Amino acid sequence: MNILVFVKQVPDTETRIQLKDGIVDTSSVKWVANPYDEFAIEEALRIRERLGQGKVTVVSLGPDRVKEAIKYALSLGADEGIHVQGGDVALGDPLAVATVLAATAKKVGFDLILTGKQGVDYDWSQSGIILAELLDLPHVSVVVRLEVDPATKQGKAWREIEGGAEIVEFLLPAVITAQKGLNEPRYASLKGIMAVKKKVIPEWTLSDLGVDPASVSQAAASVRFVEFSLPPPRQAGRMLEGEPKDTARELVRILHEEAKVI
Amino acid sequence: MAVFAVVAELKDGAARKITLEMLAESRRLADLSGAGTVALIVVGPLAAGEAERMASYGADRILHVEGASLAGYAAETYAAGVQAALSRATPEALFLGATAQGKDLAPRLAGRLRAGLASDCTGFELHDGDLIARRPVFAGKALAKIAWSAARPRLATIRPNTFAPLGPDPSRKAPVERVDLPPVEARARVIGFEKSEGEMLDLTEANIIVSGGRAMQGPENFEILRKLCKVLGATLGASRAAVDAGWIDHSHQVGQTGKVVNPSVYFAVGISGAIQHLAGMSSSRTIVAINKDKDAPIFKVASYGIVGDLYQVVPLLTDEFQRALKE
Repeated sequence: MNILVFVKQVPDTETRIQLKDGIVDTSSVKWVANPYDEFAIEEALRIRERLGQGKVTVVSLGPDRVKEAIKYALSLGADEGIHVQGGDVALGDPLAVATVLAATAKKVGFDLILTGKQGVDYDWSQSGIILAELLDLPHVSVVVRLEVDPATKQGKAWREIEGGAEIVEFLLPAVITAQKGLNEPRYASLKGIMAVKKKVIPEWTLSDLGVDPASVSQAAASVRFVEFSLPPPRQAGRMLEGEPKDTARELVRILHEEAKVI
Repeated sequence: MAVFAVVAELKDGAARKITLEMLAESRRLADLSGAGTVALIVVGPLAAGEAERMASYGADRILHVEGASLAGYAAETYAAGVQAALSRATPEALFLGATAQGKDLAPRLAGRLRAGLASDCTGFELHDGDLIARRPVFAGKALAKIAWSAARPRLATIRPNTFAPLGPDPSRKAPVERVDLPPVEARARVIGFEKSEGEMLDLTEANIIVSGGRAMQGPENFEILRKLCKVLGATLGASRAAVDAGWIDHSHQVGQTGKVVNPSVYFAVGISGAIQHLAGMSSSRTIVAINKDKDAPIFKVASYGIVGDLYQVVPLLTDEFQRALKE
């Protein structure tokens, strides 16, 4: 079973976002593999281990720095990594990104595609599902439990919805987007980290993929950011002091009678 | 004449609140653009009286797509359903809920129509007739304005609890046009549902949230918060620390790798206020923080703070609320 995992590199969630020249300043950002993509990598490795066969290929699109995210996945146990040098691809446009990923998937070949349910940067939650549409595949999004059976080419996924989980039956090949809770990602072993040094990460360009650069350029982007701002700081609050019994009573009075929010 | 279209989200054939919220914002934009209209796209079975009710909440026209493939939600069949409705109307914008269903369906449509999708929007502006969306990025650490390319419709998902539904006006009527969808194959289909704990609303829909953090010390102590939730009709939340410790299921997590929430009141109990947690709850209208450490960052965003032992304060609060709400 060939499993393809798409990984994005994003600023660490501890990052304090600042603006510079009207856009998000990434000059001092610590880049990490997108947390939801980590669940996708882990699930791919577990499926391969469970089946006792198969190959996990990790792909990341972006500038040179994304090689680090690929190396991280390789250190965890992925078999191969591919770096797609997007050039001027509009990385902020999910449709452009999915177009490049779809072309990559076709070139690599796959039985299953896994990726995170969203990037914790621009929070679009789109590219995995658009990818499924562009490849004419079924998808299940926000998955917290997954079963696949390559023999019958079928799978079963539990997807988180309001108030519970929907159980979805699907046909392979398919695209699955991972939610937290799908698994507990492993840590890289020393052996894994050493093994990465021997791996060659091929670099593909849009022309290798047969994608017309103009079709995925910023000028062709389906959505674009026109302005960023930081949320206004919250007003300084009111501290309630005294004995627990008094502060509890005072808080209830404020919320119930004064602010009337409860 | 600009048409703003809404894809209805239904539960057992009745419109969910998000549908009414989307109708209200579409109505505002349609009126603002000058004599615009609001089209409601309904996919699948509709309960009796619902078409009239949705007209009273602001729809001018209802496109009801029916077909044997639409008995339950599946992204592939519903995408085909919405697409069939779009052959009858050419909207400037098409809105879906930023809900489990809307977030699953909208990207399918974006891919199919090769049109731009702005996710999880919290506001819209019209500039010389051109639509601009506002939406949080980095889980709310920053805000962005989004513009679309020339492709139509402009797609957007709208965050629940953002817009207030209009007051229903029973004199408002909307013709219902039936659109038949030929059978469509779904290669992924829902075969069951597993309910999560209790009768609580989902975090993203909750009006009141009570969240516990590291200071809860273990799964058993969440009982204290569940009692307060019960009295307030609130939903239970948690910080990443509590989830990663295995004390509570991830579906309760609030923050950058959990849910972004915007309730009226958010209780942060024993939560220090890591930046990735603050990102997910800072847009709550009122924030109450209870923490032992007076220097905890959570107090910087709290509307009201109590420095104290949660094991003392929360049970007292529960009793006081019970008394106050009974009166």
